[in-house]
Amino acid sequence: MREIRVHGRGGQGAVTAGDMIVIAAVMGGEFGSSFPLYGDARRGAPVVAFVAIDDQRIRLKTQVYTPDCLIVLDSRQKDWPETYKGVKSEGILVVNHTNTIEQQPHPNIIKAGAVDATQIAMEEIGIPAFNTCMLGAFAATTEWIELDSILGALEKTFSGEILKKNIKSAERGYKEVKGSSW
Amino acid sequence: MKFRCDQENSWFRAGPVLGQPVNEWRYVRPIIKLSKCNNCGWCELYCPTGCISEEDDEVVIHLDYCKGCGICANECPKDAITMIDEEEE
Amino acid sequence: MNKPAVETKPNIEVCDGNKAVAHAVRLSRPDVVAVYPITPQSAVGEWLSRWNDEGTLNAEVVRVEGENSSMGVCCSASLTGGRVFTGTSSWGLLFMMDGLHYAAGYRIPVVMTNANRETPGIFTIGNSSQDMWSVRDAGWIQVNVEDNQEILDAVIMAYRIAEDTDILLPMMVCYDGFYLSYRKDPLEIPAQDDVDAFLAPLKQSKRNIVTPDDPMVFGIPSFFPKDQGEGCTEFRYKHSAALERVKDKIDTVDKDFEAIFGRSYAGQIEAYRTDDADIVLVATGSVCGTAKVVVDKMRDDGVKVGLIKVRLLRPFPKEKIAKVLEGKKGIGVIDRSVCFGYHCGHLYMELKSALALEGLPTTLPTLNFIGGLANLDITVEQVETTINLTLAASKGETVEEVTWLSLEE
Repeated sequence: MREIRVHGRGGQGAVTAGDMIVIAAVMGGEFGSSFPLYGDARRGAPVVAFVAIDDQRIRLKTQVYTPDCLIVLDSRQKDWPETYKGVKSEGILVVNHTNTIEQQPHPNIIKAGAVDATQIAMEEIGIPAFNTCMLGAFAATTEWIELDSILGALEKTFSGEILKKNIKSAERGYKEVKGSSW
Repeated sequence: MKFRCDQENSWFRAGPVLGQPVNEWRYVRPIIKLSKCNNCGWCELYCPTGCISEEDDEVVIHLDYCKGCGICANECPKDAITMIDEEEE
Repeated sequence: MNKPAVETKPNIEVCDGNKAVAHAVRLSRPDVVAVYPITPQSAVGEWLSRWNDEGTLNAEVVRVEGENSSMGVCCSASLTGGRVFTGTSSWGLLFMMDGLHYAAGYRIPVVMTNANRETPGIFTIGNSSQDMWSVRDAGWIQVNVEDNQEILDAVIMAYRIAEDTDILLPMMVCYDGFYLSYRKDPLEIPAQDDVDAFLAPLKQSKRNIVTPDDPMVFGIPSFFPKDQGEGCTEFRYKHSAALERVKDKIDTVDKDFEAIFGRSYAGQIEAYRTDDADIVLVATGSVCGTAKVVVDKMRDDGVKVGLIKVRLLRPFPKEKIAKVLEGKKGIGVIDRSVCFGYHCGHLYMELKSALALEGLPTTLPTLNFIGGLANLDITVEQVETTINLTLAASKGETVEEVTWLSLEE
């Protein structure tokens, strides 16, 4: 079982990103589950989404305490120590950030992918809806899920013009992510 | 049993919570174009944190208490408020 | 690149617990739906309203001003012969408390879902079983489920049970709020034809219908052969006896369901690896998923542990549970709520009473663990603790009877 924790803020699409990873995993023939942790649903408050992918139905109903991968939508949370709590050795970080991650952010993180998702989303979608771009970067960095499955998940979530824009944004996230490893 | 709190009831003096800034939550912030603003007070009414007020005939947004929800920008009848990225100057 | 698996499995959809409820309701073709929004189940009403608008659901969706009204609408509509649905949670469930008693007392087969959430008083927005247990004496049939597929299937089965001529009682399908209501899982969405076939026997079901041409009076009228008190006693007895009949009914309906859909939930309780177990955990709801994983893990380490997942809460399946627990050396009960007046969890109180009524030895080491209140996680480590303490108690060690997980001794 691979576990992912998505860190963001209400309104940034952390929960939707988690859901779309599950849809993508299911399209790729695997099982998955995701659930968010927030109390009162309000814009701006920190939000965490827990995702699990496995080749069997996920029976565990707990939060993710030992993630294999962290997806950080809010670049400021990249510098918070609590973001990295419990991360497994050989952990992977995917972050919305303008520049390549030079310094190893945590001893257990061995691979990082940075993408300027806010910029790409503004160019492609016109609003800071950068979670779909981050999914492209996630697919490229982890290689756990095919880009096609991510695009398939987008098709199940959006339609029309918005779908086209989000597909472009995800494809650019996939191509433009800047990797680093330690 | 070890308890973390020395009282029986689950309601507390609000003092320590009142005035707690929420600016850390924000990733976009409102910018108000005063030339477009007609001081209608709509934004002040709609702001969920009450961080907008009128001072000396001018609308002022107290950013310490703004969580960046964007409701003011959405509701402004004169489109005088825009939300910009927090990291933008 | 591999062809996406979804193309070969068109009926798989990733959805959360609330949408699972909505799918089940849509497939059961209700006549009247009245859902008032409340966290964490607002999406149930949103989906049903949307689908009704789009035409995939053909019901009268009544916009109500509160949960008390939604139960009123459902009771009235059901009395005229319609199939009805409502859903709620916590504050909303308690706000329709009089309606719950009306529905059960008048034997109105309302089907309702409840997303389990903490009750008012200590203001929290999180899961617990406090609301679900608080209404256990209203006379409803109550089941509590483990995952989202089970929500979908249990709601469809609920119509078969509630509207059955032998039963005619309202039924509440409870599912953990937040943990299931917001959790996304791949679900198998049944085909409409299959659901129609499964619910078809209800066409033979007979019940009193109120029509303008044939008015009815509610209460015990003066022409009733006995006086009010004796009449009330008779109907209370019949109600209670009908609840007892639910036990066998839920088992047979589960078998019928399996024959069509290929999925079974074992009826009243699911006994998981209990046959050769020395100690058994007893739990209900989403925590059973985590508990099964931990049981498997502990089994690999040589601990002979099993799990009873209690699905049916009302009527309480005391005979089935006692049968599984006969001859076991220790029992650990996990509760997500507090039974005031007994200073323990609800399931524990119910279980202790069931064991005594079924004549199991009162010396059997039985422990209670209270955790997961107000959205706290019941973690793998905590479930391991419950097993280890139960094991210690079964070997004669002295262990505190009730352990409040997450509180320090």
